[in-house]
Amino acid sequence: MDLLLESVQEALRLLLTGDRYVLEVLALSLRVSGIAVVIGVVAGLPIGAALALTRFPGRRLCIVLLYTGFALPPVVVGLFLYIMLSRAGPFGGLELLFTPTAMIMAQATLATPYIAGFTLAAVQAVPADVRLQALALGASPQRALFMHLREARLGLVAAIVAGFGAVISEVGAVLLVGGNILGETRVLTTAIVLETRRGNFAAALALGMILLLLALVLNVLLMRAQQGPAGAIPPRGGAWR
Amino acid sequence: VRATSPTFRPWRRRLPFLLFAVFAGACGNRAADTVTVATTSSAYDTGLLDALANEYRSTRPGRRLVPLVVGTGEALALGRRGDADLLIVHAVELEQRFMAEGHGELRLTVFSNDYVIAGPPSDPAGVRAATDAADAMRRIEAAGAPFASRGDDSGTHHAERALRAAAGIAAAAGSVIETGLGMGETLAVADERRAYVLTDHATLRMFSDRMDLDVLFSGGAALHNPYSVILVQGARNAAGARDLAVWLAGREAAAVVAQYGVERFGTPLFRPVVQDTP
Repeated sequence: MDLLLESVQEALRLLLTGDRYVLEVLALSLRVSGIAVVIGVVAGLPIGAALALTRFPGRRLCIVLLYTGFALPPVVVGLFLYIMLSRAGPFGGLELLFTPTAMIMAQATLATPYIAGFTLAAVQAVPADVRLQALALGASPQRALFMHLREARLGLVAAIVAGFGAVISEVGAVLLVGGNILGETRVLTTAIVLETRRGNFAAALALGMILLLLALVLNVLLMRAQQGPAGAIPPRGGAWR
Repeated sequence: VRATSPTFRPWRRRLPFLLFAVFAGACGNRAADTVTVATTSSAYDTGLLDALANEYRSTRPGRRLVPLVVGTGEALALGRRGDADLLIVHAVELEQRFMAEGHGELRLTVFSNDYVIAGPPSDPAGVRAATDAADAMRRIEAAGAPFASRGDDSGTHHAERALRAAAGIAAAAGSVIETGLGMGETLAVADERRAYVLTDHATLRMFSDRMDLDVLFSGGAALHNPYSVILVQGARNAAGARDLAVWLAGREAAAVVAQYGVERFGTPLFRPVVQDTP
Protein backbone atom coordinates (compact mmCIF):
# COMPACT_ATOMS: atom_id res chain seq x y z
CA MET A 1 0.00 0.00 0.00
CA ASP A 2 2.88 2.37 0.76
CA LEU A 3 3.98 1.93 -2.85
CA LEU A 4 0.57 3.05 -4.11
CA LEU A 5 0.61 6.11 -1.85
CA GLU A 6 4.15 6.93 -2.89
CA SER A 7 3.21 6.75 -6.56
CA VAL A 8 0.19 9.03 -6.12
CA GLN A 9 2.45 11.57 -4.42
CA GLU A 10 4.99 11.16 -7.22
CA ALA A 11 2.34 11.67 -9.91
CA LEU A 12 1.11 14.85 -8.19
CA ARG A 13 4.65 16.13 -7.75
CA LEU A 14 5.51 15.51 -11.41
CA LEU A 15 2.35 17.25 -12.61
CA LEU A 16 2.40 20.19 -10.18
CA THR A 17 6.08 21.02 -10.63
CA GLY A 18 5.75 20.68 -14.43
CA ASP A 19 8.65 18.24 -14.61
CA ARG A 20 10.35 18.84 -17.99
CA TYR A 21 11.06 15.19 -18.72
CA VAL A 22 7.44 14.23 -18.07
CA LEU A 23 6.11 17.15 -20.13
CA GLU A 24 8.35 16.18 -23.06
CA VAL A 25 7.28 12.56 -22.91
CA LEU A 26 3.63 13.60 -22.57
CA ALA A 27 3.89 15.98 -25.53
CA LEU A 28 5.40 13.29 -27.75
CA SER A 29 2.70 10.80 -26.68
CA LEU A 30 0.03 13.31 -27.66
CA ARG A 31 1.72 14.16 -30.95
CA VAL A 32 2.32 10.58 -32.05
CA SER A 33 -1.08 9.19 -31.00
CA GLY A 34 -2.91 12.35 -32.11
CA ILE A 35 -1.51 12.26 -35.64
CA ALA A 36 -2.03 8.49 -35.78
CA VAL A 37 -5.71 8.93 -34.87
CA VAL A 38 -6.14 11.70 -37.48
CA ILE A 39 -4.71 9.35 -40.11
CA GLY A 40 -6.91 6.59 -38.71
CA VAL A 41 -9.98 8.83 -39.09
CA VAL A 42 -9.06 9.84 -42.64
CA ALA A 43 -8.61 6.19 -43.61
CA GLY A 44 -11.11 4.47 -41.33
CA LEU A 45 -14.14 6.76 -41.47
CA PRO A 46 -14.72 6.39 -45.23
CA ILE A 47 -14.09 2.64 -45.00
CA GLY A 48 -16.59 2.23 -42.17
CA ALA A 49 -19.20 4.49 -43.81
CA ALA A 50 -18.82 2.77 -47.17
CA LEU A 51 -19.25 -0.68 -45.61
CA ALA A 52 -22.35 0.53 -43.76
CA LEU A 53 -24.04 2.23 -46.70
CA THR A 54 -23.22 0.05 -49.69
CA ARG A 55 -23.89 -3.56 -50.62
CA PHE A 56 -21.41 -5.50 -52.71
CA PRO A 57 -20.17 -9.07 -52.96
CA GLY A 58 -17.50 -9.75 -50.35
CA ARG A 59 -18.83 -7.08 -48.01
CA ARG A 60 -19.36 -9.54 -45.17
CA LEU A 61 -15.81 -10.83 -45.57
CA CYS A 62 -14.54 -7.23 -45.41
CA ILE A 63 -16.46 -6.66 -42.17
CA VAL A 64 -15.11 -9.86 -40.63
CA LEU A 65 -11.58 -8.83 -41.58
CA LEU A 66 -12.19 -5.35 -40.16
CA TYR A 67 -13.32 -6.69 -36.80
CA THR A 68 -10.41 -9.12 -36.81
CA GLY A 69 -8.23 -6.02 -37.06
CA PHE A 70 -9.38 -5.13 -33.52
CA ALA A 71 -7.24 -8.05 -32.40
CA LEU A 72 -4.10 -6.93 -34.24
CA PRO A 73 -1.34 -7.42 -31.66
CA PRO A 74 0.67 -4.18 -31.42
CA VAL A 75 3.89 -6.17 -31.13
CA VAL A 76 3.22 -7.89 -34.44
CA VAL A 77 2.42 -4.59 -36.18
CA GLY A 78 5.62 -3.20 -34.69
CA LEU A 79 7.65 -6.21 -35.75
CA PHE A 80 6.31 -6.06 -39.31
CA LEU A 81 7.14 -2.35 -39.61
CA TYR A 82 10.52 -2.98 -38.00
CA ILE A 83 11.38 -5.54 -40.68
CA MET A 84 10.17 -3.17 -43.40
CA LEU A 85 12.05 -0.12 -42.10
CA SER A 86 15.23 -1.76 -40.79
CA ARG A 87 18.38 -0.91 -42.71
CA ALA A 88 18.40 -4.45 -44.08
CA GLY A 89 14.69 -4.20 -45.01
CA PRO A 90 13.01 -3.04 -48.24
CA PHE A 91 12.40 0.52 -47.01
CA GLY A 92 15.63 0.86 -45.02
CA GLY A 93 16.81 3.67 -47.29
CA LEU A 94 14.14 5.98 -45.87
CA GLU A 95 15.96 5.90 -42.49
CA LEU A 96 12.65 5.99 -40.64
CA LEU A 97 13.35 3.33 -38.02
CA PHE A 98 13.58 4.69 -34.44
CA THR A 99 11.83 7.96 -35.38
CA PRO A 100 8.43 9.35 -34.33
CA THR A 101 7.29 8.90 -37.96
CA ALA A 102 7.70 5.13 -37.64
CA MET A 103 5.73 5.23 -34.39
CA ILE A 104 2.91 7.17 -36.08
CA MET A 105 2.84 4.63 -38.92
CA ALA A 106 2.49 1.78 -36.44
CA GLN A 107 -0.22 3.46 -34.37
CA ALA A 108 -2.18 4.61 -37.43
CA THR A 109 -2.22 0.98 -38.58
CA LEU A 110 -3.62 -0.05 -35.20
CA ALA A 111 -6.16 2.79 -34.98
CA THR A 112 -7.69 2.41 -38.45
CA PRO A 113 -9.62 -0.86 -37.87
CA TYR A 114 -11.01 0.49 -34.59
CA ILE A 115 -12.23 3.70 -36.16
CA ALA A 116 -13.61 1.96 -39.25
CA GLY A 117 -15.34 -0.70 -37.14
CA PHE A 118 -16.98 1.76 -34.76
CA THR A 119 -17.97 3.98 -37.69
CA LEU A 120 -19.59 1.01 -39.40
CA ALA A 121 -21.63 0.22 -36.31
CA ALA A 122 -22.62 3.85 -35.73
CA VAL A 123 -23.66 4.54 -39.32
CA GLN A 124 -25.57 1.28 -39.56
CA ALA A 125 -27.51 2.11 -36.40
CA VAL A 126 -29.02 5.21 -38.01
CA PRO A 127 -32.42 4.33 -39.53
CA ALA A 128 -32.16 4.32 -43.33
CA ASP A 129 -35.29 6.47 -43.62
CA VAL A 130 -33.27 9.48 -42.45
CA ARG A 131 -31.48 9.54 -45.77
CA LEU A 132 -34.57 8.54 -47.74
CA GLN A 133 -36.61 11.34 -46.21
CA ALA A 134 -33.85 13.85 -46.86
CA LEU A 135 -33.73 12.73 -50.50
CA ALA A 136 -37.52 12.86 -50.74
CA LEU A 137 -37.47 16.40 -49.39
CA GLY A 138 -35.15 17.38 -52.21
CA ALA A 139 -31.70 17.14 -50.63
CA SER A 140 -28.79 16.32 -52.94
CA PRO A 141 -27.27 12.84 -52.43
CA GLN A 142 -24.17 14.43 -50.84
CA ARG A 143 -26.36 16.45 -48.50
CA ALA A 144 -28.39 13.36 -47.60
CA LEU A 145 -25.19 11.41 -46.89
CA PHE A 146 -23.93 14.23 -44.70
CA MET A 147 -27.20 14.20 -42.76
CA HIS A 148 -26.95 10.47 -42.28
CA LEU A 149 -23.41 10.80 -40.92
CA ARG A 150 -24.50 13.70 -38.72
CA GLU A 151 -27.08 11.43 -37.15
CA ALA A 152 -24.29 8.97 -36.38
CA ARG A 153 -22.05 11.59 -34.77
CA LEU A 154 -22.26 10.18 -31.24
CA GLY A 155 -21.00 6.86 -32.54
CA LEU A 156 -18.31 8.61 -34.57
CA VAL A 157 -16.98 10.30 -31.45
CA ALA A 158 -16.97 6.88 -29.79
CA ALA A 159 -14.95 5.65 -32.78
CA ILE A 160 -12.32 8.35 -32.27
CA VAL A 161 -12.25 7.79 -28.50
CA ALA A 162 -11.81 4.05 -28.98
CA GLY A 163 -9.07 4.54 -31.56
CA PHE A 164 -7.21 7.03 -29.40
CA GLY A 165 -7.56 4.86 -26.31
CA ALA A 166 -6.18 1.89 -28.19
CA VAL A 167 -3.05 3.65 -29.43
CA ILE A 168 -2.15 5.98 -26.53
CA SER A 169 -2.00 2.97 -24.21
CA GLU A 170 -0.15 0.52 -26.46
CA VAL A 171 3.51 -0.14 -25.90
CA GLY A 172 4.45 -3.12 -28.06
CA ALA A 173 4.58 -1.32 -31.39
CA VAL A 174 6.16 1.98 -30.32
CA LEU A 175 8.83 0.23 -28.29
CA LEU A 176 9.89 -1.82 -31.32
CA VAL A 177 9.86 0.84 -34.03
CA GLY A 178 10.51 3.87 -31.81
CA GLY A 179 13.31 2.52 -29.66
CA ASN A 180 12.38 4.49 -26.50
CA ILE A 181 15.20 6.98 -27.21
CA LEU A 182 15.38 9.78 -24.65
CA GLY A 183 14.25 13.10 -26.12
CA GLU A 184 13.43 11.53 -29.48
CA THR A 185 11.03 8.60 -29.29
CA ARG A 186 10.22 8.12 -25.61
CA VAL A 187 6.47 8.22 -24.92
CA LEU A 188 4.48 7.61 -21.73
CA THR A 189 4.04 3.87 -22.19
CA THR A 190 7.68 3.18 -23.06
CA ALA A 191 8.78 5.37 -20.15
CA ILE A 192 6.58 3.22 -17.89
CA VAL A 193 8.29 0.06 -19.15
CA LEU A 194 11.69 1.63 -18.55
CA GLU A 195 10.90 2.77 -14.99
CA THR A 196 9.56 -0.71 -14.20
CA ARG A 197 12.75 -2.29 -15.51
CA ARG A 198 14.77 0.11 -13.43
CA GLY A 199 12.84 -1.04 -10.38
CA ASN A 200 11.32 2.43 -9.87
CA PHE A 201 7.83 1.03 -9.40
CA ALA A 202 6.44 4.25 -7.84
CA ALA A 203 7.64 6.38 -10.76
CA ALA A 204 6.22 3.85 -13.23
CA LEU A 205 2.82 3.88 -11.53
CA ALA A 206 2.89 7.68 -11.38
CA LEU A 207 3.43 7.83 -15.15
CA GLY A 208 0.56 5.37 -15.56
CA MET A 209 -1.70 7.67 -13.56
CA ILE A 210 -0.68 10.61 -15.73
CA LEU A 211 -1.56 8.55 -18.83
CA LEU A 212 -5.01 7.77 -17.41
CA LEU A 213 -5.51 11.39 -16.44
CA LEU A 214 -4.64 12.44 -19.99
CA ALA A 215 -7.20 10.01 -21.41
CA LEU A 216 -9.80 11.31 -18.96
CA VAL A 217 -9.22 14.96 -19.88
CA LEU A 218 -9.34 14.20 -23.61
CA ASN A 219 -12.57 12.24 -23.26
CA VAL A 220 -14.17 15.04 -21.27
CA LEU A 221 -13.16 17.53 -23.98
CA LEU A 222 -14.50 15.30 -26.76
CA MET A 223 -17.78 14.79 -24.93
CA ARG A 224 -18.18 18.52 -24.40
CA ALA A 225 -17.45 19.22 -28.04
CA GLN A 226 -20.00 16.61 -29.03
CA GLN A 227 -22.85 17.09 -26.62
CA GLY A 228 -22.41 20.60 -25.28
CA PRO A 229 -21.79 21.39 -21.60
CA ALA A 230 -25.24 20.21 -20.56
CA GLY A 231 -24.45 16.69 -21.70
CA ALA A 232 -27.97 16.03 -22.95
CA ILE A 233 -28.31 13.42 -25.67
CA PRO A 234 -29.94 15.05 -28.71
CA PRO A 235 -33.02 13.30 -30.06
CA ARG A 236 -32.23 11.07 -33.00
CA GLY A 237 -33.85 12.17 -36.26
CA GLY A 238 -36.48 14.07 -34.31
CA ALA A 239 -36.38 17.07 -36.64
CA TRP A 240 -37.95 15.13 -39.50
CA ARG A 241 -40.61 13.26 -37.63
CA VAL B 1 -38.53 -26.11 -10.62
CA ARG B 2 -34.84 -25.94 -11.31
CA ALA B 3 -33.82 -25.16 -7.75
CA THR B 4 -35.49 -28.31 -6.38
CA SER B 5 -34.14 -30.56 -9.13
CA PRO B 6 -32.28 -33.34 -7.33
CA THR B 7 -29.22 -33.24 -9.57
CA PHE B 8 -28.83 -29.49 -9.53
CA ARG B 9 -28.90 -28.62 -5.84
CA PRO B 10 -26.02 -30.71 -4.58
CA TRP B 11 -23.82 -29.24 -7.27
CA ARG B 12 -24.65 -25.75 -6.19
CA ARG B 13 -23.77 -26.58 -2.64
CA ARG B 14 -20.53 -28.17 -3.64
CA LEU B 15 -19.47 -25.37 -5.93
CA PRO B 16 -17.92 -23.09 -3.27
CA PHE B 17 -15.90 -26.00 -1.90
CA LEU B 18 -14.79 -26.96 -5.38
CA LEU B 19 -13.74 -23.39 -6.10
CA PHE B 20 -11.91 -23.25 -2.81
CA ALA B 21 -10.13 -26.51 -3.55
CA VAL B 22 -9.02 -25.27 -6.95
CA PHE B 23 -7.89 -21.98 -5.43
CA ALA B 24 -6.02 -23.68 -2.60
CA GLY B 25 -4.44 -26.02 -5.10
CA ALA B 26 -3.25 -23.11 -7.18
CA CYS B 27 -1.80 -21.42 -4.12
CA GLY B 28 -0.20 -24.61 -2.93
CA ASN B 29 1.60 -24.94 -6.22
CA ARG B 30 3.47 -21.76 -5.46
CA ALA B 31 4.49 -22.85 -2.00
CA ALA B 32 5.84 -26.18 -3.26
CA ASP B 33 9.52 -26.68 -4.03
CA THR B 34 9.80 -23.71 -6.38
CA VAL B 35 12.71 -21.30 -6.58
CA THR B 36 11.96 -17.94 -8.21
CA VAL B 37 15.04 -16.49 -9.89
CA ALA B 38 15.05 -12.87 -11.03
CA THR B 39 17.75 -12.68 -13.64
CA THR B 40 19.31 -9.97 -15.72
CA SER B 41 18.36 -10.30 -19.38
CA SER B 42 21.96 -10.48 -20.63
CA ALA B 43 22.55 -13.77 -18.82
CA TYR B 44 19.19 -15.22 -19.85
CA ASP B 45 19.03 -14.13 -23.50
CA THR B 46 22.24 -16.01 -24.31
CA GLY B 47 20.53 -19.24 -23.21
CA LEU B 48 23.15 -19.98 -20.55
CA LEU B 49 20.65 -19.99 -17.69
CA ASP B 50 18.47 -22.55 -19.47
CA ALA B 51 21.48 -24.80 -19.87
CA LEU B 52 22.37 -24.36 -16.19
CA ALA B 53 18.76 -24.95 -15.10
CA ASN B 54 18.54 -28.19 -17.11
CA GLU B 55 21.75 -29.51 -15.58
CA TYR B 56 20.68 -28.50 -12.08
CA ARG B 57 17.25 -30.08 -12.33
CA SER B 58 18.66 -33.36 -13.60
CA THR B 59 20.12 -33.84 -10.11
CA ARG B 60 17.20 -32.31 -8.14
CA PRO B 61 13.99 -33.99 -9.29
CA GLY B 62 10.81 -32.17 -8.25
CA ARG B 63 12.39 -28.75 -7.87
CA ARG B 64 10.82 -26.12 -10.08
CA LEU B 65 12.76 -23.05 -11.23
CA VAL B 66 10.82 -19.96 -12.27
CA PRO B 67 12.93 -17.41 -14.15
CA LEU B 68 11.86 -13.76 -14.11
CA VAL B 69 13.79 -12.05 -16.88
CA VAL B 70 14.25 -8.40 -15.91
CA GLY B 71 16.94 -5.73 -15.71
CA THR B 72 19.42 -5.61 -12.83
CA GLY B 73 17.52 -2.66 -11.32
CA GLU B 74 14.20 -4.48 -11.38
CA ALA B 75 15.78 -7.73 -10.14
CA LEU B 76 17.11 -5.92 -7.07
CA ALA B 77 13.70 -4.26 -6.54
CA LEU B 78 11.98 -7.65 -6.73
CA GLY B 79 14.47 -8.95 -4.17
CA ARG B 80 13.81 -6.00 -1.83
CA ARG B 81 10.08 -6.69 -1.95
CA GLY B 82 10.60 -10.41 -1.41
CA ASP B 83 9.08 -11.40 -4.76
CA ALA B 84 12.11 -13.41 -5.83
CA ASP B 85 14.21 -15.94 -3.92
CA LEU B 86 17.40 -15.62 -5.89
CA LEU B 87 18.88 -12.84 -8.04
CA ILE B 88 21.41 -13.11 -10.85
CA VAL B 89 22.78 -9.63 -11.48
CA HIS B 90 25.90 -7.82 -12.66
CA ALA B 91 26.42 -4.40 -11.06
CA VAL B 92 28.99 -4.75 -8.30
CA GLU B 93 28.29 -1.39 -6.66
CA LEU B 94 24.50 -1.93 -6.53
CA GLU B 95 25.00 -5.49 -5.27
CA GLN B 96 27.22 -4.25 -2.44
CA ARG B 97 24.62 -1.65 -1.46
CA PHE B 98 21.88 -4.32 -1.57
CA MET B 99 23.92 -6.50 0.79
CA ALA B 100 24.83 -3.59 3.07
CA GLU B 101 21.15 -2.70 3.43
CA GLY B 102 20.53 -6.22 4.70
CA HIS B 103 18.39 -7.44 1.81
CA GLY B 104 20.72 -10.28 0.86
CA GLU B 105 21.86 -13.28 2.84
CA LEU B 106 24.57 -14.59 0.56
CA ARG B 107 26.34 -13.23 -2.53
CA LEU B 108 28.57 -15.35 -4.75
CA THR B 109 30.27 -14.61 -8.05
CA VAL B 110 29.22 -17.30 -10.51
CA PHE B 111 30.63 -16.44 -13.93
CA SER B 112 32.00 -13.51 -15.87
CA ASN B 113 32.68 -12.19 -19.32
CA ASP B 114 33.98 -8.95 -20.79
CA TYR B 115 32.49 -5.77 -22.03
CA VAL B 116 33.68 -4.60 -25.42
CA ILE B 117 33.28 -1.31 -27.27
CA ALA B 118 31.64 -2.00 -30.61
CA GLY B 119 30.77 0.32 -33.43
CA PRO B 120 30.68 0.86 -37.19
CA PRO B 121 33.52 -0.92 -39.04
CA SER B 122 34.64 2.43 -40.51
CA ASP B 123 35.48 3.53 -36.91
CA PRO B 124 35.32 7.32 -37.49
CA ALA B 125 36.55 8.07 -33.95
CA GLY B 126 39.63 5.84 -34.23
CA VAL B 127 38.70 3.65 -31.27
CA ARG B 128 40.82 0.78 -32.59
CA ALA B 129 43.95 2.79 -31.75
CA ALA B 130 42.85 3.53 -28.16
CA THR B 131 45.28 2.68 -25.36
CA ASP B 132 42.59 1.76 -22.81
CA ALA B 133 38.81 1.79 -22.42
CA ALA B 134 38.73 5.32 -20.96
CA ASP B 135 40.82 6.55 -23.88
CA ALA B 136 38.35 4.88 -26.27
CA MET B 137 35.47 6.74 -24.61
CA ARG B 138 37.41 10.02 -24.85
CA ARG B 139 38.05 9.44 -28.56
CA ILE B 140 34.33 8.85 -29.22
CA GLU B 141 33.49 12.00 -27.26
CA ALA B 142 36.17 14.11 -29.01
CA ALA B 143 35.00 12.96 -32.47
CA GLY B 144 31.41 13.86 -31.58
CA ALA B 145 30.44 10.37 -32.73
CA PRO B 146 27.03 9.01 -31.61
CA PHE B 147 27.07 6.57 -28.69
CA ALA B 148 24.10 4.33 -27.95
CA SER B 149 23.62 4.14 -24.20
CA ARG B 150 21.34 1.68 -22.39
CA GLY B 151 20.11 4.43 -20.08
CA ASP B 152 18.15 1.92 -18.00
CA ASP B 153 20.17 1.53 -14.78
CA SER B 154 21.20 -1.95 -15.91
CA GLY B 155 24.55 -3.47 -15.04
CA THR B 156 25.87 -2.49 -18.46
CA HIS B 157 24.60 1.08 -18.01
CA HIS B 158 26.42 1.31 -14.70
CA ALA B 159 29.63 0.04 -16.29
CA GLU B 160 29.19 2.61 -19.05
CA ARG B 161 28.77 5.45 -16.54
CA ALA B 162 31.81 4.27 -14.56
CA LEU B 163 33.87 4.26 -17.77
CA ARG B 164 32.71 7.75 -18.69
CA ALA B 165 33.52 9.00 -15.20
CA ALA B 166 36.99 7.41 -15.39
CA ALA B 167 37.55 9.14 -18.72
CA GLY B 168 36.50 12.47 -17.21
CA ILE B 169 33.55 12.91 -19.57
CA ALA B 170 30.38 14.67 -18.42
CA ALA B 171 27.51 12.27 -17.79
CA ALA B 172 25.10 13.61 -20.41
CA ALA B 173 27.22 14.41 -23.44
CA GLY B 174 25.38 15.70 -26.52
CA SER B 175 25.90 12.77 -28.87
CA VAL B 176 24.63 10.10 -26.47
CA ILE B 177 21.51 8.26 -27.66
CA GLU B 178 19.73 6.96 -24.55
CA THR B 179 17.65 3.98 -25.65
CA GLY B 180 16.20 2.83 -22.34
CA LEU B 181 16.08 -0.67 -23.83
CA GLY B 182 17.67 -4.06 -23.38
CA MET B 183 21.08 -4.96 -24.81
CA GLY B 184 19.84 -6.59 -28.01
CA GLU B 185 17.54 -3.67 -28.87
CA THR B 186 20.27 -1.15 -28.03
CA LEU B 187 22.63 -2.96 -30.40
CA ALA B 188 19.94 -2.62 -33.09
CA VAL B 189 19.76 1.13 -32.46
CA ALA B 190 23.58 1.41 -32.59
CA ASP B 191 23.60 -0.55 -35.85
CA GLU B 192 20.88 1.62 -37.37
CA ARG B 193 22.46 4.91 -36.28
CA ARG B 194 26.07 3.79 -36.91
CA ALA B 195 26.78 4.55 -33.27
CA TYR B 196 29.33 3.21 -30.82
CA VAL B 197 28.07 1.05 -27.98
CA LEU B 198 29.35 -0.64 -24.84
CA THR B 199 28.09 -4.21 -24.73
CA ASP B 200 28.89 -7.49 -23.08
CA HIS B 201 30.70 -9.68 -25.57
CA ALA B 202 28.22 -12.55 -25.24
CA THR B 203 25.19 -10.54 -26.37
CA LEU B 204 27.15 -8.96 -29.23
CA ARG B 205 28.13 -12.40 -30.48
CA MET B 206 24.50 -13.53 -30.33
CA PHE B 207 23.47 -10.65 -32.60
CA SER B 208 26.58 -9.82 -34.64
CA ASP B 209 25.72 -11.97 -37.68
CA ARG B 210 22.67 -9.76 -38.26
CA MET B 211 24.41 -6.46 -37.64
CA ASP B 212 27.14 -4.29 -39.05
CA LEU B 213 28.96 -3.81 -35.74
CA ASP B 214 32.61 -4.65 -35.11
CA VAL B 215 34.44 -5.11 -31.83
CA LEU B 216 36.69 -2.03 -31.86
CA PHE B 217 38.15 -2.19 -28.38
CA SER B 218 38.39 -4.98 -25.83
CA GLY B 219 40.50 -6.00 -22.85
CA GLY B 220 41.61 -4.40 -19.62
CA ALA B 221 40.36 -4.61 -16.05
CA ALA B 222 37.87 -1.77 -16.61
CA LEU B 223 35.88 -3.98 -18.99
CA HIS B 224 35.65 -7.00 -16.69
CA ASN B 225 32.01 -8.04 -16.18
CA PRO B 226 31.36 -10.40 -13.25
CA TYR B 227 27.90 -11.86 -12.55
CA SER B 228 26.74 -12.62 -9.02
CA VAL B 229 24.00 -14.70 -7.52
CA ILE B 230 22.32 -13.25 -4.41
CA LEU B 231 20.23 -15.23 -1.96
CA VAL B 232 17.47 -12.88 -0.82
CA GLN B 233 17.01 -12.37 2.93
CA GLY B 234 13.84 -14.15 4.06
CA ALA B 235 13.37 -15.97 0.75
CA ARG B 236 10.14 -17.96 0.50
CA ASN B 237 12.05 -21.10 -0.37
CA ALA B 238 15.28 -20.34 1.48
CA ALA B 239 16.60 -23.92 1.50
CA GLY B 240 15.97 -24.47 -2.21
CA ALA B 241 17.35 -21.06 -3.14
CA ARG B 242 20.50 -21.57 -1.08
CA ASP B 243 21.08 -24.96 -2.65
CA LEU B 244 20.80 -23.45 -6.14
CA ALA B 245 23.08 -20.51 -5.26
CA VAL B 246 25.79 -22.79 -3.91
CA TRP B 247 25.41 -25.11 -6.90
CA LEU B 248 25.78 -22.17 -9.33
CA ALA B 249 29.06 -21.18 -7.67
CA GLY B 250 30.32 -24.78 -7.67
CA ARG B 251 32.22 -27.04 -10.04
CA GLU B 252 29.27 -28.72 -11.76
CA ALA B 253 27.92 -25.35 -12.89
CA ALA B 254 31.42 -24.25 -13.88
CA ALA B 255 31.67 -27.20 -16.25
CA VAL B 256 28.42 -26.14 -17.96
CA VAL B 257 29.56 -22.51 -18.23
CA ALA B 258 32.97 -23.50 -19.64
CA GLN B 259 31.28 -25.45 -22.43
CA TYR B 260 28.42 -23.09 -23.18
CA GLY B 261 28.64 -21.47 -26.62
CA VAL B 262 31.60 -23.55 -27.82
CA GLU B 263 29.41 -25.46 -30.24
CA ARG B 264 27.99 -22.36 -31.91
CA PHE B 265 30.78 -19.80 -31.57
CA GLY B 266 33.95 -21.86 -31.18
CA THR B 267 34.80 -20.35 -27.80
CA PRO B 268 32.70 -20.13 -24.61
CA LEU B 269 30.54 -17.05 -24.04
CA PHE B 270 31.27 -16.83 -20.30
CA ARG B 271 34.16 -17.74 -18.00
CA PRO B 272 33.24 -19.86 -15.00
CA VAL B 273 34.10 -18.67 -11.50
CA VAL B 274 34.26 -21.34 -8.81
CA GLN B 275 33.61 -20.11 -5.29
CA ASP B 276 33.50 -22.84 -2.66
CA THR B 277 31.06 -22.03 0.10
CA PRO B 278 30.25 -23.32 3.58
